[in-house]
Amino acid sequence: MIEAVRLRKHYGRTKAVDDLSFIVKPGRVTGFLGPNGAGKSTTMRMILGLDTPTSGDVTIDGKHYTELKQPLRKVGALLDAKWVHPNRSARSHLKWMAVSNKIPVSRVDEVLEIVGLTEVANKKAGGFSLGMSQRLGIAGALLGDPEVLLFDEPVNGLDPEGILWIRQFMHRLADEGRTVFVSSHLLSEMAQTAQDLIVIGKGQLIAQTTTEQFISDATQDHVRVRSPHAVKLREILVADATVTEDAVDGALVVHGLPAARIGEIAADNQIVLHELSPQRGSLEDAFMQLTKESVEYHAH
Amino acid sequence: MIEAIGLTKRYGRTVAVDDLSFTVQPGRVTGFLGPNGAGKSTTMRMILGLDRPTAGRVLIDGKPYDQLHRPLQTVGALLDAKWVHPNRSARAHLRWLAKSNGLPGKRVDAVLDAVGLTQVAGKKAGGFSLGMSQRLGIAAALLGDPKVLLFDEPVNGLDPEGILWIRTFMQNLAAEGRTVLVSSHLLSEMALTASELVVIGRGKLISQSSTAEFVDRSTGNSVLVRSPQLFKLGPLLVDKGFTVRDGADGALSVSGATSDQIGDIAAANGVVLHELSPQRGSLEEAFMQLTGDAVEYHAEIGK
Amino acid sequence: MTLLAVERIKLFSTRSPYWCTALALVLGVGLTAIIAGTTENGQMSVGLTQFGSSQLALAVVLVMSALAVTTEYRFNTIRATFLAVPSRTSALVAKTAVVAFIAAVLGEIIAFGSWGLAKVMSPASDLAINTGAEWRHIAGVGLLYGIGAVLAIAVGILVRQTAGAVAILLVWNMLLEGLIGIIPKVGVKIQAWLPFQNANNFLALGGGNPAEQPGAGIDFKLSQWGSLAYFAGIAIALLVVALVVAKRRDA
Repeated sequence: MIEAVRLRKHYGRTKAVDDLSFIVKPGRVTGFLGPNGAGKSTTMRMILGLDTPTSGDVTIDGKHYTELKQPLRKVGALLDAKWVHPNRSARSHLKWMAVSNKIPVSRVDEVLEIVGLTEVANKKAGGFSLGMSQRLGIAGALLGDPEVLLFDEPVNGLDPEGILWIRQFMHRLADEGRTVFVSSHLLSEMAQTAQDLIVIGKGQLIAQTTTEQFISDATQDHVRVRSPHAVKLREILVADATVTEDAVDGALVVHGLPAARIGEIAADNQIVLHELSPQRGSLEDAFMQLTKESVEYHAH
Repeated sequence: MIEAIGLTKRYGRTVAVDDLSFTVQPGRVTGFLGPNGAGKSTTMRMILGLDRPTAGRVLIDGKPYDQLHRPLQTVGALLDAKWVHPNRSARAHLRWLAKSNGLPGKRVDAVLDAVGLTQVAGKKAGGFSLGMSQRLGIAAALLGDPKVLLFDEPVNGLDPEGILWIRTFMQNLAAEGRTVLVSSHLLSEMALTASELVVIGRGKLISQSSTAEFVDRSTGNSVLVRSPQLFKLGPLLVDKGFTVRDGADGALSVSGATSDQIGDIAAANGVVLHELSPQRGSLEEAFMQLTGDAVEYHAEIGK
Repeated sequence: MTLLAVERIKLFSTRSPYWCTALALVLGVGLTAIIAGTTENGQMSVGLTQFGSSQLALAVVLVMSALAVTTEYRFNTIRATFLAVPSRTSALVAKTAVVAFIAAVLGEIIAFGSWGLAKVMSPASDLAINTGAEWRHIAGVGLLYGIGAVLAIAVGILVRQTAGAVAILLVWNMLLEGLIGIIPKVGVKIQAWLPFQNANNFLALGGGNPAEQPGAGIDFKLSQWGSLAYFAGIAIALLVVALVVAKRRDA
């Protein structure tokens, strides 16, 4: 479990993180979202003891990161895949990390195997592609078989197979009861990955909730209806709902009535339905709705 | 329009691109997909005349890149956002590009404004975040108001607002009748962006089709049906020869039928429907199925 | 003309050319100041005023010129360049022209600056520029820099890496050509056909004390202007090779 209590980090007069409190629970994949400059990286660095909070506290299972005796056995983190000496081989990089935390060296080959880097283990990390560096970073995070895992943009540079792999892998880690905390800008990806969300903007908490809840709170559900009798159906539905038309295929888009009720109305009036599908808003819609005011660079 | 004909690139004995032919039509966003090492980057570099094909050719509106007179006015490309001198300001970078293709200086300010970098235009590009570099790269691609645009991983480093912006932007460019080719590994993003796909693996063409066709072909469609009278509807569907399985929460998953057919059967038999949703496989599933053996580094799934 | 303007914008929108220019000025003119300061008033000669310009500052100019192209490879802006100007030869020739011109102007500034400084510091010396040889000795520095820049760019295009290109140029100019003279008998004969030795020959004042002239003791087969043409010929030949390679190579 990761617990942040009234966490603050100020750089001079800039408040990067401002009175931020949240809890990341074990057994779930928790997404960490926010626009650029929201304070995500600073928060992650404070969790890992790289930055010192101006005030407030962040603990991992009740302890500060710096108080952990063998931190890699408790917390695995992938912050930046390029934090590797370019002339050091992948295996040597993992070896020194293992030795520093009294992790048996045999574990190095295990994690290399898990991320699929066994064949290139003795090559210099400087020659790795971004995707390979990312896999090496993930291997480093897994080294100590930790209960808590932090990933910052883990799919960066991975190809589709790698993206699918890391998503399934994070789910599996969570199912094993570990705490998995993932920061990412890729909302369509996060919608499939994260069960819980912590959303921040301008250093402050915007929402902490389940992904499902977050979406349904900020967007309106609607129902897509296609029918050979669309005109008649529309006339009946407008009495109780807002009906618009899909610009692409002319389907009716109904706000304000559940699909089941529309189906019953259609049946009562002998209207044939060709489609009756409830639509949910996307994580992106919800996110844009809630973070409108906290964006740094606006493009036109 | 971009047209590749028998395009081949060999490095010694390695074949990076192998007799690849495809066309990218104007007026829509075409996604360019493939696993790592499939030859996407090499192909893009050959389109732009940076790499020389071993055999075959690739034409932009009928001409090879190096025969375009002021190429930036025909083709805009974002291949790697870091192709900028770190000590040069964003504005200076765009200024020399504009100059080289006879574009007026005011275009520089226009594109800086379009990507939202006006405030930092005088700052050195070396201090830019990945997202800002990406925006600068996009600005450079737009400089000559080109008819053909190539983007390699355009959302790289952008935040959610930037991602939404570039997606909408690319779709608008296509709607204006331009040719837009986008390469990306982010399939969930591409499913939202591209209406057409060129998929390659091991340097060869795997598929060229619309995104919908690509997904339908390899994942098979089904329709999710909910009704208080499923006991009545289910057997009717089975009688018609459709495959009916129990779906989640007491719904039926029907394959082999379109939602139109099911809706007609339900209406003809007075069955009330509570849901009738065509289910489409994801682009990711379709992609994995078709490129399965063309992947370079296999990680062990589920270990 | 457009391409020249492009290269000018590129060159002057980063800092390293300014630093190199400043360094070349300090080394070229500074060495003259030291020499003038340590030589008895009245003993300075035109030949002594150009020690810094023709040796130390030239090395800096070679480095600056190579950097103009190797940094493009280092930061991959060469690809942006080739995207904007697919005719690689024109793009690189334009870059060469701009850098060579700036090097030449810098050479004149350093040469006449050194001479002027010596005149102020050592007013009793006879530093009047009377003979054609003396004019050539001073004004020729600019020509030398311009040609040197062409040669350095050619090496930069071929090698693509800053460290490699700089090492090759400095070892070649400051070490290798001199060391070949050590080889018994043939060494000096070979030297007569080495580019930087011929460059020195072009500047040589003749007469006076031959020992204080760089390139002294070599039996050149070419006239002084012939030596310059030879130096230029080698630089251009190398550039042509570099342009052909760049055109064929994947960017």
